[in-house]
Amino acid sequence: MSIISIKNLTYQYPTSEEDVLRDISVEFESGKFYAVIGANGAGKTSLCNAIRGFIPHFYNGELQGDVLIEGRDIREWELGELSTKIGYVFQNPFTQISGVKDTVFDEISFGLENLGVEESEIRSRVADIIQLLEIGHLQEKNPFELSGGQKQRVALASIIVMEPEILVIDEPTSQLDPQSTEAIFSIIELMQKKGKTIILVEHKIELIAEYADYIIVMKDGKAVLQGNADDVLSNEQAIELGCALPQYALFGIEMKENGMDLGTIPLTEKKAISAVQHLLEKRRVTS
Amino acid sequence: MTYLSLKDVSFSYPNGFQAVQHVNMSFDKGESAAIIGQNGAGKTTTVKMMNGLLKPTEGSVIVDGWDTKDYSTAQISRKVGYVFQNPDDQIFHNDVYSEIEFGPKKLGLSEEVVKANVLKSAEIAGVTDFLKENPYNLPYSMRKFVTIASVLAMDSNVIILDEPTAGQDPGSLEIISNMIKTLNNEGKTVITITHDMEFVANNFERVIVMANCQVIADRNKRDVFWDFDILEKALLKQPHMSKIANALQIGDKIISRAELIKEIKKVQK
Repeated sequence: MSIISIKNLTYQYPTSEEDVLRDISVEFESGKFYAVIGANGAGKTSLCNAIRGFIPHFYNGELQGDVLIEGRDIREWELGELSTKIGYVFQNPFTQISGVKDTVFDEISFGLENLGVEESEIRSRVADIIQLLEIGHLQEKNPFELSGGQKQRVALASIIVMEPEILVIDEPTSQLDPQSTEAIFSIIELMQKKGKTIILVEHKIELIAEYADYIIVMKDGKAVLQGNADDVLSNEQAIELGCALPQYALFGIEMKENGMDLGTIPLTEKKAISAVQHLLEKRRVTS
Repeated sequence: MTYLSLKDVSFSYPNGFQAVQHVNMSFDKGESAAIIGQNGAGKTTTVKMMNGLLKPTEGSVIVDGWDTKDYSTAQISRKVGYVFQNPDDQIFHNDVYSEIEFGPKKLGLSEEVVKANVLKSAEIAGVTDFLKENPYNLPYSMRKFVTIASVLAMDSNVIILDEPTAGQDPGSLEIISNMIKTLNNEGKTVITITHDMEFVANNFERVIVMANCQVIADRNKRDVFWDFDILEKALLKQPHMSKIANALQIGDKIISRAELIKEIKKVQK
C-alpha cells in the first residue's frame, strides 16, 4: 500500500501569480527511496512542502486534488501530528537551526524535548545519532559557529533522531565536500534499511543513480517523467527536461554513438567498468 | 605578471583557532584557478584574506602592489571582489536592481557607468529577468547569482567565487562556466572554491588543493587528479571518467568522456 498518495495535485501560493504545482500524481510506497530531481524553480521544494503538510496548513492557499498520508487527507491531519510521522530537513541549514540552543547536543535534543520524551532516553538517542553522524567533535559547539557543511550534518541529525517514518530531505549535501556527501548518502541508506521511506531532493545525479529506487523529474511545476531509477536515468529525454544524466550514462550513450555499443547504458562506476571490460574481452575473443 | 600574491600567510581566529598555516600562492591577471579540499581545510579563510575581509596574522597578502595590512577592506574590494558562500550573508536590499547597484554606487561612479555596470553584470550572471524582484522571492540558487552580479558590478580585477556550484542545476552550472570564461577574456582573474570535481575537470587547468590549513598541491588538474597521494590526503575523489580509466589501466591521465572514448577505441583496435 502507498504510504503517501498524491492525486492530481495543483497548488498556488497565496502570493504567487501562477500554479507552482500542476496536476501531479505520484504514489510513494513504504520503505522505498525516492529522488526528486529537476531544474531549480521546477517545484521540487513545493512538492516537499505539500508532502509534509506545510501546503496548505502553513502557507494557506487552495490545494486542488488529493494528498493522502496513510490514506488520510492531508487537510485532516494536524501539523503537530504530521511532524512526528514526517521529518523534514531544510535545504538551507541556516534556516533549520532553532536559535534557542547553545550547543549542538542540545540542538539535536530539541525535537525530542518538544515531543515530551524522557530525559535519559533523549540523552542516549542523541548520543547515538552523534556517533552515527560522526559529529562528536562538534557536540559542545554553538550551532551558529559551525561551517555550512557542519550545520548541514547537525540539521540532518536533529531530524533523524526523532525517528520519523518518512524522511523528506531537501538538498542535504549542497555545502558538503565529496567525502562528507558520500557519508550523508550512506546514512540515508541506513535509514532506508531501517524501513524508513526516503524522499530526497538532490542534484548529485551519480549518487542518486547509486542509491535511489525511483525518480521523479519535475519541470515547471509538473512531474514530467517518473519511473524506476534505471529507466529514467538512462533516458536521453531527461536531458531535454533540464536534468542531468549520470556521467556514466552519458559515457554509455556516447560510446554507442561512436560505434562501440556497451549493450547497456551504465548508471554507476561499477557497471560502467564491467561493461567496458566485457566489450574489450569480447573483442579479444572474436579477433 | 603577478597581480595577487599570498606570501607565507597564516591566520588564527581570535579564539586561537588556526585556520590557515604558511600558505603561498600567486595569481596573474586574467588567470583562473580552482581551490578544492575538504570542509574546514581553510579555503574560505584563505580567500577572505585576498580581499582584506581578514588580515593575515603572519605573512603578507599583496594585491596590485598593495599590502592588504595597510589598506581598508573597502579600498581593497575595488581590486578584489568576493562573493560570499551563503548568499543570505550578503543580500540586504528589497529588489535585485538595488542590490547590484549598491557596490558601484558606493565607488562613486557616475550614474551612467553605474547603470551600465548593473545591466552588464546582471546579463553575465543571468538575472536580467529578475531585476525588479525581491531577492528573497527567488530560489536559493538564483539568490547566489544575484550576489555574483553584485560583485561583478564593482568591476574589480579579481573575482572570488566561494562555492558557486553548490545546489546548482545543469543550466546554472553552464552559466557559471560561461561567466568564468567571459571574465577571463576581459583580463580578470577568477578564483573559484568548489566541491564539484566534474566542474573543476571541465572548467579549470590550474587546481590548488588545500588540506589541514595548508596548500598541499598547486598544479595542473591532470597532475592533481592522478596523484593518489594528494587525493587521499585531501579526501578527494577522481573525476568519474578518471575512475574508469584507472580501473581499466588505460590512457594517460584521462579526465574527460571524450578522452576515455578515444582511448577505448585505440585499445579495441
